[in-house]
Amino acid sequence: MNISPSHAFSVWRRNAVLYRRTWMWNILPNFFEPVFYLLSIGIGVGAYITQMGGMSYMEFLAPGLVCVAAMNGASFEVTYNFFVRLSYQKAYDAMLTTPIEPDDVLVGEVLWAITRACIYGGCFFAVIALVGLAPLPSALWVFPVILLAGLLFAAIGIAFSLRISNIDLFSFYFTLFLTPLFLFSDVFFPLHERLSEGWLWVAEVLPLLHPVRLARAAFRGEASLILLWDLAYILAVTMLLLVWARRGIRKRLMN
Amino acid sequence: MIVEVSSVSKRFGPRLAVDDLSLKVPPGVCFGLLGPNGAGKTTTLRMIYGVTRPSSGTIRVFGIDIARDPRTVRSRLGVTLQQNVLIEALSPEENLRVFGRYHLLREPELSRRIGELIAFLELSSHATVPVKHLSGGFQRRLAIALSMMNRPELLILDEPTTGLDPAVRLALWSRIRELQAGGTTVLLTTHYMDEAQRLCDHVAIISGGKVIDEGKPSDLIVNHLARETVEFDCAPEEESAMLNGVSFPSHRLRVGRRLMIYLDDATLLINHIRHYDQGDRRALVVRPTNLEDVFLALTGTSLEGGQ
Repeated sequence: MNISPSHAFSVWRRNAVLYRRTWMWNILPNFFEPVFYLLSIGIGVGAYITQMGGMSYMEFLAPGLVCVAAMNGASFEVTYNFFVRLSYQKAYDAMLTTPIEPDDVLVGEVLWAITRACIYGGCFFAVIALVGLAPLPSALWVFPVILLAGLLFAAIGIAFSLRISNIDLFSFYFTLFLTPLFLFSDVFFPLHERLSEGWLWVAEVLPLLHPVRLARAAFRGEASLILLWDLAYILAVTMLLLVWARRGIRKRLMN
Repeated sequence: MIVEVSSVSKRFGPRLAVDDLSLKVPPGVCFGLLGPNGAGKTTTLRMIYGVTRPSSGTIRVFGIDIARDPRTVRSRLGVTLQQNVLIEALSPEENLRVFGRYHLLREPELSRRIGELIAFLELSSHATVPVKHLSGGFQRRLAIALSMMNRPELLILDEPTTGLDPAVRLALWSRIRELQAGGTTVLLTTHYMDEAQRLCDHVAIISGGKVIDEGKPSDLIVNHLARETVEFDCAPEEESAMLNGVSFPSHRLRVGRRLMIYLDDATLLINHIRHYDQGDRRALVVRPTNLEDVFLALTGTSLEGGQ
């Protein structure tokens, strides 16, 4: 390992400087998304589905959607934006003429993706809390979950981005990976009520499932042993992918 | 020595980009790597600042093994890449600020250094305009300013003036000379012989990943060719008839229809050709021999044409 925290922070800061210039336009859409969900479910779907998992459908959806927001916030950053910095803007080639090392770039970018996940997920949570769908204060536990979801999807996205040479491949990442996760990770319906025992085991590989379960526990204010498994899954998968990404970024930047 | 490259080779798959190359850059000089595109210049520079690992050989910069401690080495040098890597949405001032932070500069030193560089490279007229609206010459000056952020002892410039108009080139050359006068060691690559000749104290001619000769530009010229060059168009069939009876020592090179003859005094040859041509005088160019000719003599290919 060759990480210098201050250099990694300067990588983070580069992105923050650019983001801050347009923060109004960047943050605003994050508030619209939850509002549209509330309208759609409140006016439409909610009229047909009155109960799910022992609560109103909107209450059931809220914690999962916060995780989806965090996942999207991190994913956009480490896919398209990261790839543009890497391949088109050559931002990292510039950094590597200074004392910054590839490991610092990786850490800085992961931290920045987590930051975006927190902004995105945080905005979503704020709207949901405002309309009374987040039981306070226990629902505040969702913040560490947003952070973990950001970390996990930063690691997954960055590992993917470092292995592809063509920006068009991200459409596969979004439609064949993130969209199915969004639909089948306990967000819209309780998996354990619909899947047989065997399939439930298989579902455990889905990365989004784990932050969603943690978030749901936070909203309910109930802890259980399975949450330790969720936490372990997130940390282990993140570590593995970051080790892999570390080799990838060296290969891409130092040839 | 500021830079010491010892028997370095670099292989990319089957291709040998740098082939057992050795260089020594003493303090305070302007050292030029002269060669066509694809000669291995950029790869050599990348190995010197530690982002490309040599396949074999060692490189010491400031006496430090670059493979051991790249951070320390890079904190003491600056690099202007061949391609500008500026943040287009930000102004020159903001670009400098972001870059200064890569070197961990803090206020008030950061702002002071930004002010100095804006003045030194004459960026003040557009210091707050987004980079994407600036001309190529202005962007290049900013790129050089970025590489000077940390007051480098060694400044590495990869083709600093490629694609710039003559006025901007002249201005940049004078900045580079000022830096050198202030004690900075400069290592640059170029495929312009005029740039190498006017800026560099020492030139290494590189072709096929090897140093084929090196020395002071003026020494390289007299070591390989005579002082004067006569250059003109002449078909290969015509050549021997035309130069029949020329007895003085000369060296000839041909590129297509263009023939170049190198000799110490061009007068006799000019008279000879004028006599041969009778009334139908062809255009003759008489000029001092330059590094381009040396390169041609050593490799048989021209610099601008590449390989």
